[in-house]
Amino acid sequence: MSFRVALYEGDGAQPFEDAQRSAILRGLLDKGYRVSSIRKGGTVAGANEGSVLVLGRFGDGVPANAADGSIPVQFHNVDGMDAPAITALVEQGRAATAAPEPGKWKPWFPVIDYSRCTNCMQCLSFCLFEVYGVSKDHKIQVQNETNCKTECPACSRVCPEVAILFPKYRHSPINGDEVNSDDMRREAMKVDISALLGGDIYAALRDRSAKSKSRFSKERDEERAIKERQNCLVKLSKEAGIPPEVFASLPSPEEILVKAEAAKLRAQGALEKAEQAGLEKVAPSS
Amino acid sequence: MKRLVYCNCSFARVLAPEVKSRVLDGLAASGVAFDAVPDLCEMSARKDPALVQIAEGDVTIAACYPRAVRWLFAAAGAPLDAERAKILNMRSDSPESVLASLLPSAEESHA
Repeated sequence: MSFRVALYEGDGAQPFEDAQRSAILRGLLDKGYRVSSIRKGGTVAGANEGSVLVLGRFGDGVPANAADGSIPVQFHNVDGMDAPAITALVEQGRAATAAPEPGKWKPWFPVIDYSRCTNCMQCLSFCLFEVYGVSKDHKIQVQNETNCKTECPACSRVCPEVAILFPKYRHSPINGDEVNSDDMRREAMKVDISALLGGDIYAALRDRSAKSKSRFSKERDEERAIKERQNCLVKLSKEAGIPPEVFASLPSPEEILVKAEAAKLRAQGALEKAEQAGLEKVAPSS
Repeated sequence: MKRLVYCNCSFARVLAPEVKSRVLDGLAASGVAFDAVPDLCEMSARKDPALVQIAEGDVTIAACYPRAVRWLFAAAGAPLDAERAKILNMRSDSPESVLASLLPSAEESHA
């Protein structure tokens, strides 16, 4: 259920001073509220669900609470109130509805640029947190946004077509900036590196895991093993821009391999179904 | 009528505060109606039906990289019409240039 605020300055209400209008808008936006600034003329999006709180300098003529179809509309006179008091009033108004408190989740999740995506399913087979899924028409899609680990752009780095964006990421082109030829050269290098590892990063991981187990069983040096693992994670963290918290939340190596295998099978299954359905793999953009 | 939408990117620090502030102040002082949303990413993740309304008709959106904004809307089932939607980038452009592009649009909204 959504909750929306309308700052009304049309007929029947006095206008706000410019500075006050800005302060009210900024205060509400920073708390995560959507606000329509309604002036004489112009248009704003209408409400189609949830509830609406209309704030205005109505004087003695506060309109009675009403309903726009099934949407309850409440009016409040805010004449003489400053911006923090208005924000507090809105917080109370929201709490009285079933609308969730805004701002509880940093919206960090991948967004697919389908003009570049070739439906190769590498992101699906790579992600261990089941962020990706497959649509009814066998296309890759982001299905569980809130499963994504904040600040982690790792899946965008395995995408050979630079088709995965994280709009809140710092650097180009993962942040949504246009992709240039240098970016594509880097992506080509990334794929070549993957090919050098045998084309399957998880197979390489499994191989390394088996080799290291054999070596550690000979050396029997647990402290050294932990130190090496930490060094490896620090290096990955720096090179791929993956926050240490993501590594801290990873399951054990054995669980990772099981999850990776399951994700790989899902990706293979989706690709087979797509082929059966006659869905051609989209040619990469130039 | 052209609709104006301002994204405050409230839940991250990717937009420079002074750019956001000057664009919001300019819009608030312009005398035209507009929608101010806290965060288009969050609305896209929730598949907020308001995005469908915003995507209908002529709209100018002050937010971040156009490629990101277009695919955020598409992900929410509200694809933007390439001919009718204009996206202004507060991440790379100056507040003056964003406002200069927004306010002629705003004048059209009075028409």
